[in-house]
Amino acid sequence: MGLLSCNNVMVDYDGYVATKNVTFTIEEGDYFCIVGENGSGKSTLMKAILGLNKISGGTVSYEGVKRTEIGYLPQQTVVQKDFPASVYEVVLSGCLNKSGLIPFYNKAQKERVSQAMKRLRIEELKRKSYRELSGGQQQRVLLARALCATEKLLLLDEPVTGLDPYVAKELYDLLEELNQKEKLTIIMISHDIKAALQYANKILHMKTEPLFYGSKEEYASSEIGMQLAGGEKNV
Amino acid sequence: MFDVLQELFSYTFIVRAFVVGIFVSLCAALLGVSLVLKRYSMIGDGLSHVGFGALAVATAFNAAPLQVSIPVVMVAAFLLLRISENTKIKGDAAIALVSSSSLAIGIITISLTTGMNTDVCNYMFGSILAMSKSDVKISVIVAVIVLIMFVLFYNKIFAITFDQNFATATGIKAKRYNMLLAFLTALTIVVGMRMMGAMLISSLIIFPALTSMRVFKSFFGVIISSAVLSVVCYFIGLVISFAYSIPTGASIVAVNLVTFILFSIIGIMKRN
Repeated sequence: MGLLSCNNVMVDYDGYVATKNVTFTIEEGDYFCIVGENGSGKSTLMKAILGLNKISGGTVSYEGVKRTEIGYLPQQTVVQKDFPASVYEVVLSGCLNKSGLIPFYNKAQKERVSQAMKRLRIEELKRKSYRELSGGQQQRVLLARALCATEKLLLLDEPVTGLDPYVAKELYDLLEELNQKEKLTIIMISHDIKAALQYANKILHMKTEPLFYGSKEEYASSEIGMQLAGGEKNV
Repeated sequence: MFDVLQELFSYTFIVRAFVVGIFVSLCAALLGVSLVLKRYSMIGDGLSHVGFGALAVATAFNAAPLQVSIPVVMVAAFLLLRISENTKIKGDAAIALVSSSSLAIGIITISLTTGMNTDVCNYMFGSILAMSKSDVKISVIVAVIVLIMFVLFYNKIFAITFDQNFATATGIKAKRYNMLLAFLTALTIVVGMRMMGAMLISSLIIFPALTSMRVFKSFFGVIISSAVLSVVCYFIGLVISFAYSIPTGASIVAVNLVTFILFSIIGIMKRN
């Protein structure tokens, strides 16, 4: 079943076109990787999908998923770095989209939070201040929050940037498990082409507009995919 | 000390100021945490100047001050929020424009009508004599509404303060809650500014939050600490203002400043 589709999506900032001609469909259970250089419009596209950027052309349509059933792991912003918030408060805020107008969290939501924290092994950080954590720990906290917000669709913007290889591998394994066992659909922006080729089933290669869109197998045998995957190996 | 307190509360105007002040400082402190963290504290400052203009015009036309300034400042809150969300205009500069213009309009109105007198001084620097009985009623009602709204929307306010993008992305109407925050701030400022003065009311918003953030590390901790600090500082400030005959607003700000320095030292010591 289709979850989400983009049709000819275009975003521009004051006449500067950041991304255009993007068309793709996400099916349930997909592991969709968006790759490309810095400034190629990947984050812009993801934000357009999430309704954070205004779309200046085309459509984004949600089919099998509601707006309140989405989890998102953003790139870290500056404001958060000195924010007084405990890990528990941050993760709990992920449950908010299920609350509607009810002002307080219920037991089931709190249970969901402890599940997510257990899964990401951050239980012992529960009372710690978010701003005092290491980059990798913060990333895990934000992922736990994202998992509280969704059972269906998770969007991640460069989740492994700044993580050491061991933690990054752990994160990839967790995402694979969620994708395989719990049928969580994943859309991920990544610089890590090798990992994209290993885990994803579909790949979109962006350079303002799509250079490639298709299955990972097609990508691996395409000219652009071979170039990049080859390049990675030489590094 | 006890004598001073006894004497203090034998005056009805002080009791009024005390009641309104406690409510206003509570509201300001609670909203302030979110405003400071969202980098919206300038909006509070801008609104207080708009409030000054509105009060001056209301007085000139012999209108009821609160009934005029509440809607005007609410509209201003809406506009200022739109300005600061719009990336094309320099938000802080635009707020400075609005606030100095309102100040100018207020001062022109006053000098054309009543002339520069103690009223103006009171608007600028506050006076505990400013509250009439009906003002107290309106102020307390408004403050209670603000407090109830804050408690009901606490979790949403946390979410949009911590990470507005995440909130929006996961289907929460963040802009609506930003607007709520701005409206609640507008209400608090209008109610509090005549006692604290247009120049000093924003300190009630900023100080408790900044002070608490020196020491506390969770959002909830900062909220509770701000509320307690704000009320305590208000009380001490009021007593000092009475005992030494200095303007209430200034005295409260001075107490807040001392607390801020104390908490900064505690914060540094805790870290080492």
